[in-house]
Amino acid sequence: MKILQQLRDEGRADDMQALLASIPYARFLGMQVERKGNEITTILPFKDSLVGNVNLPAIHGGAIGAFLELTSVIQLLFDTSCERLPKTVDISIDYLRSGKPVATYGRAIVTRQGRRVANVRAEIWQDEKTRPIAAAHGHYLLTPV
Amino acid sequence: MNKDDLEHLPPHGEAIGMSLVSVVGRVCTVKVPYAEHLVGDPDTGIIHGGVITATLDNASGWAVRCHEDWATEMGMATLDLRIDYMRPAEPFKDLMVQAECYKLAKNIAFVRAVAYQDDIEDQVATSVAAFMLGTPNTPRADS
Repeated sequence: MKILQQLRDEGRADDMQALLASIPYARFLGMQVERKGNEITTILPFKDSLVGNVNLPAIHGGAIGAFLELTSVIQLLFDTSCERLPKTVDISIDYLRSGKPVATYGRAIVTRQGRRVANVRAEIWQDEKTRPIAAAHGHYLLTPV
Repeated sequence: MNKDDLEHLPPHGEAIGMSLVSVVGRVCTVKVPYAEHLVGDPDTGIIHGGVITATLDNASGWAVRCHEDWATEMGMATLDLRIDYMRPAEPFKDLMVQAECYKLAKNIAFVRAVAYQDDIEDQVATSVAAFMLGTPNTPRADS
């Protein structure tokens, strides 16, 4: 059974935590999502396997990129009903500060949603939301229900 | 810098299962074997784009350190990374990344990379990255 269809059938189409739990790579990263009303925040708790630079230490740029991409996709699925998981067409990542060995939080906004393609911006931060450690914008192919 | 010096993997690279296959001139080749924990779509078994992002980022960083003008004591940090995804990676196949540092300037290094599986002409993704050079490699007092 397709995961998005299954969640819809169970009346949990907006249960993003259940969706994350079904994605092996999101489980591997240890990613979580918190919902307050119609706002969702993604969370990446720190763990040693996320480290890219052991001297600083700093979170790996790839893990940061993956977290930004997943944050974007989760927001997109929260806003839109899709048949399948959106496909990333491209993503452009700005690394703004080094990722310290603490929890990271993410928010995304769907800046434009067309019939087939959506534009999404995401930002992630640690101590202060106004001091993001990285930002991304990307395009995603959709399969609307 | 030669292959043995580079081979020290960051913990995240190790967790994904990356390994450095070869260093030829300014070109680094990196391999990630297919693994269950890398899957991004449970319906298809296709690995997540984040795995490709991490591998492109890591291989690009290695390519900078392969450049003949790279000085070992220099620190560096990814400034930006732009990735185009051409096609999904086929399940159960290794992912390969080839990265080349085509310009190492005073402050910035420029790298392009390509992710593929069997055939480098049949690309899974391509990327361009810029790295800031001479960044501190020890924790900053104020952060």
